[in-house]
Amino acid sequence: MLKIIKFVLYDILRNKIILGYTFFLLAIGFGLFNLSDDPAKGVVSLLNLALIVAPLVSAVFTAVYFYNAYEFTELLAAQPLQRSAILLSQFMGVTIALGAAACLGLGLPIALFSPNASGWAILLVTILLSIVFVALSLLASVFTRDKARGIGIALLAWFYFALLYDALVLMLMFSFSDYPLEKAMVVMAALNPVDMARIAVLLQLDYAALMGYTGALFREFLGAWTGIALAVLAQLLWIVLPLMAALRIFRYKDL
Amino acid sequence: MLTIDQISKKFGKLNVLDQISVAFSSGQTVSLVGPNGSGKTTLIKCILGLVLPDAGNIIVNGMAAAHGFDYRRHIGYMPQIGRYPDNMRVAQVFDMIREIRSDFTGTSDDDLIRSFGIAAFENKPMSALSGGMRQKVSACLAFMFQPPILILDEPTAGLDPLASEVLKEKLMAEKAKGKLILITSHILSDFDELTSHILYLMEGKKALFQPVEALREHTGEARLNRAIAQLMKQHA
Repeated sequence: MLKIIKFVLYDILRNKIILGYTFFLLAIGFGLFNLSDDPAKGVVSLLNLALIVAPLVSAVFTAVYFYNAYEFTELLAAQPLQRSAILLSQFMGVTIALGAAACLGLGLPIALFSPNASGWAILLVTILLSIVFVALSLLASVFTRDKARGIGIALLAWFYFALLYDALVLMLMFSFSDYPLEKAMVVMAALNPVDMARIAVLLQLDYAALMGYTGALFREFLGAWTGIALAVLAQLLWIVLPLMAALRIFRYKDL
Repeated sequence: MLTIDQISKKFGKLNVLDQISVAFSSGQTVSLVGPNGSGKTTLIKCILGLVLPDAGNIIVNGMAAAHGFDYRRHIGYMPQIGRYPDNMRVAQVFDMIREIRSDFTGTSDDDLIRSFGIAAFENKPMSALSGGMRQKVSACLAFMFQPPILILDEPTAGLDPLASEVLKEKLMAEKAKGKLILITSHILSDFDELTSHILYLMEGKKALFQPVEALREHTGEARLNRAIAQLMKQHA
């Protein structure tokens, strides 16, 4: 499997998109930290941008890669290799490439301007979130044969989790404001990997005002560190479950 | 060597393969023919485990194909459309496949790499290759690990006449070594002198599996192309 990962990675790293993505993150990072004198403000802006951009790039890149490599996947599947090893290698290859881009693109500005717990927390959740969306996008890709539809589903997942979900939660909160919804809200936050990422960092940052309703509840219920551990755990589940589903579908898929 | 037993496959409501049973043995060169959409490629993909049949068994060299993967080391496959990672060079693709198959202990068969003159473009990225050049790469890979079974899906579709001839000679040599060769091709005349058996598929059913001589006798046509055309008319 290591051999396949090596070649997948080799192919991806020569792709200019990953390079462009790295530079884009670098530009954003340096730009935001230079905008204000207070690095703490830069950290919050960086968080908000990373939480939108990283999932989007991960979702689209993974789907495009999967469909472009389709015939090659077929060729590998005709070799004496296990199907799960092929898909897992592609997952690992894309993950390593996107993770490296985030490490370089976000890690460098963070190391220079805000090398503290909150800064590194952003890097960690961005990487975790990227992997979550690689897994989700891979699931969408093995699900449908049609390239446009696969990329569409991946985009929809991003749109839903990054933008739509919060609006829905807010709507729910307003409609049922007469009822005690605290516990339900904590559960609902765990159902969105992007929310979990945001909460994990904001708990770290200690910005109560920015945490929003669910974040404040998390803190109240669990305290900062348990909250962070739980947020990371939820993200890990968001990686493992879609990946397992994708592997299962891919094993029985007609190529 | 290769036994197909009651294979059925549906895509949606369409019966692509319908209870096909056939047994091939070493030394045979089988031409898989039939109208478009008769299930030729699906049958090949079932043998390779790329498509999982709904029912039936495929036994390759005594190993069941269903959910296994090790049996594929006995098969060399040249796909209809070969696409490779765009950013890889030709030589790197060969290296990669060799590395993936590093448990192969025999000597790698590089005859085709030489006779196709791959060296002339081995440092080009795959994305810069024409369809025919990619077909050449696919062909080289199919023969590389000296598999006892060779499966070629429309091998001459993108090849120029010279390359076709090279491939045909290579197939002749492999046939003489007693390998089982499975070919689908629209242009039958390409493999006229090579083919020993005809498997004719019709709407997912096995219409006929016969040695060429028997077919010639049966239809009264000396040329294989004519004989097949005759056959198609009969079944239409």
